[in-house]
Amino acid sequence: MDFRDTPEDAEYRAKVRAFLEEHAVHEAPDSGRGYRDGNEDPAVLEKAREWQRIKAEAGFAGITWPREYGGQGGSQLHHIIYEQEEARFDVPRGNFFYIGLGWALPTLFAYSTKDEILKHADKVLRGDEIWCQLFSEPAGGSDLGALRTKAVKDGDDWIINGQKIWTSGGQYSDFGVLVARNDTTQAKHKGVTCFILDMNSPGVDIRPIRQMSGESHFNEVYFDNVRVPDSSRLGEVGDGWKVAMHTLMNERYNLVDLPPPDFEQIFHLCEHTELSSGPALEDAAIRQQLADIWCRAQGMKYTNFRTMSALSQGKTPGPEVSIGKLVAAGRLQEVGNLGSDLFGESGLIWEEDMPQKALFQRAYMYSPGWRLGGGTDEILRNTIAERVLGLPPDPRMDKGVAFKDIPTGPRN
Amino acid sequence: MNFDFPDEVKAMQEQASDYLTRTGSCALARKVLDGDGSAARRDWKEMADMGWTGLTIPEAYGGNEIGYIALCGLAYELGRHLTPAPFASSIYLVAEALVLYGTEEQKAAWLPGIATGETAGCFAQSEGLTGGSGYVRKADVTGGKLSGVKKPVADGICADFAIVRANGDGDEDLYIVDLTGPGVTRAPINTIEGIREHAEITFDKAPADLLVTGTKAIETLFERAAVPFAFEQVGGAQACLDMGVTYAKERYAFGRAIGSFQAIKHKLADMFVATELARSNAYFAAWALSTDATELPVAAATARLSAGKAFWLAAKENIQTHGGIGFTWDIDAQLFYRRHKALKLNIGAERFWEDRLLDGLRAGLVEL
Repeated sequence: MDFRDTPEDAEYRAKVRAFLEEHAVHEAPDSGRGYRDGNEDPAVLEKAREWQRIKAEAGFAGITWPREYGGQGGSQLHHIIYEQEEARFDVPRGNFFYIGLGWALPTLFAYSTKDEILKHADKVLRGDEIWCQLFSEPAGGSDLGALRTKAVKDGDDWIINGQKIWTSGGQYSDFGVLVARNDTTQAKHKGVTCFILDMNSPGVDIRPIRQMSGESHFNEVYFDNVRVPDSSRLGEVGDGWKVAMHTLMNERYNLVDLPPPDFEQIFHLCEHTELSSGPALEDAAIRQQLADIWCRAQGMKYTNFRTMSALSQGKTPGPEVSIGKLVAAGRLQEVGNLGSDLFGESGLIWEEDMPQKALFQRAYMYSPGWRLGGGTDEILRNTIAERVLGLPPDPRMDKGVAFKDIPTGPRN
Repeated sequence: MNFDFPDEVKAMQEQASDYLTRTGSCALARKVLDGDGSAARRDWKEMADMGWTGLTIPEAYGGNEIGYIALCGLAYELGRHLTPAPFASSIYLVAEALVLYGTEEQKAAWLPGIATGETAGCFAQSEGLTGGSGYVRKADVTGGKLSGVKKPVADGICADFAIVRANGDGDEDLYIVDLTGPGVTRAPINTIEGIREHAEITFDKAPADLLVTGTKAIETLFERAAVPFAFEQVGGAQACLDMGVTYAKERYAFGRAIGSFQAIKHKLADMFVATELARSNAYFAAWALSTDATELPVAAATARLSAGKAFWLAAKENIQTHGGIGFTWDIDAQLFYRRHKALKLNIGAERFWEDRLLDGLRAGLVEL
């Protein structure tokens, strides 16, 4: 029972720390930094690119990528160690590059050609090329397989028509991994194919979605007779589901660590807040909530340690790896709720002069998105129940039915 | 990094699980529930022979000193299989208090009996609603003689001696009292738990040997005991989850296994999540306990709170998953529901541990 790094991992961690100490400063507990702050600001993108370039040059980009593509050939554990350390520093992240680095290129490694990969790899590593994932559709969110965007073969090209939605960072992406339906007479998971899509192709129309939090991180992407060469196809025709799942599986061991606010920030807030009854930290009801948030946050931290233990010993992590986002997203919402409750009616104020730059007010408004994106709470519970606990799947109306014959309703 | 039980502890857990399954520890617990108090000590000697009772007792006093990580691993299995043996009382509390605070003489007098399984101990602190609340302690020691009434005392009927929390020289102290000696009368009382016998013990000028003085010493003991207790709770939660999952696969309604309904799936998924979080917190606490880390007060409180929540969720929702049959006397779901309550309240309820936790965080005992 020991959660310290092995000598080799400790050495790597020290290297990461030295790099970060040289190039960045530690994050303060009241910095007010939240998720995707300023993602819509071109200046933030420039800063994030600069940081990505520094990382790439120091050998901390594409840590798990093969060396032949400019990666470090490192372990998943090294990647996790890097992320853990970076989270403690105030660096211009912006979250522009994670899809390209973590999802898209790894899918290309499995399903594309060396020439194609080399066209993109270095640019992605240096932050010069941004990728998005063109999966979800208005009629296919949790039920991704209900996607309708059409791909019709035309000579050496495919013609794409339809619409995607919830495309993270689509508005500044250069390329996307697209999954589209090539055959509606097949069952839903069979007639789909994956492509690399140049987002600058004629007929691609990207429209940012205004989220309830006021930001526009996600987009709708429309395709009007968009031509994609067959050479940009990923995997075989009709094998798109397998390819898409490969992309999603790549995120499995990326331990979920949602950005602040978390316990540290809410504890800091309570330490410095006076309620009408006295210090917030002396209030029994607040203490109970803090204790609960702490237990869940620590439980997740040590669950991640268990996953890291398995990875460091070359074992496959156990089922506990599947609970991360479900636990973290709910906690984020509770933290945002508690942090804005402490001030009575004044807690409604969403202005920069609020504690931690109104981080809790922002979290209150953006946390619902975290409970939905990347698998809703409900889908994740289904996954745990079926994959981990072995419970039988729901009976389904769409199983083995040709896609065109699957019932739909007025909302899709 | 190896944030997991070491292989030798896993092997011991497997052996323990086999033994507890083979000897029917759940059925044994049910015997106690049905009024046969003697069932509690039936396997005690065998448990000692397997080295279980000596894990944290120094070799000089008959123990094997294998250590706290092993104790935690075993506690998990005992919780999962629901033993009625006086293990938690004797080992996590009584032996631990003696190891921590006992003089050479006191250790030599009491520890070997536990290590060999000749004797068992119990921990007597509560006094019912004496004084109008569950928290007032009137038991008093004057001139080495203890007077007062303690209840409920878990394992108070089957134990040979007790460590008693009473007022004495300090604000409150711990005393060792021979329950077979003069001035002690014992009677079984009903409790929610039922699967371990609880006693009302009346002390009338019973000879009491001072073990340690002061509330701080008692809190330190609780912090250490909280860790194996948390493992018992996680084990209990896991057992409930397993029961619920098995039943949900086998029980059909509306033409399908009830486990295919999302209402049931989500319930069981939540039980899984809570249990895993609690397990991870318990692992950290086991590390802190085994290394005497400065993080122990916070780690123990975290493990204790987390495990309590997981066991509560699992114990009640297991019954719910079973439907009507889960509410019957014959189904073991009730045994875990009963045990849950005992483990939740025995060394400080949630509020006590929330205070320990928040105080520890404020004092900066851990990095946030």
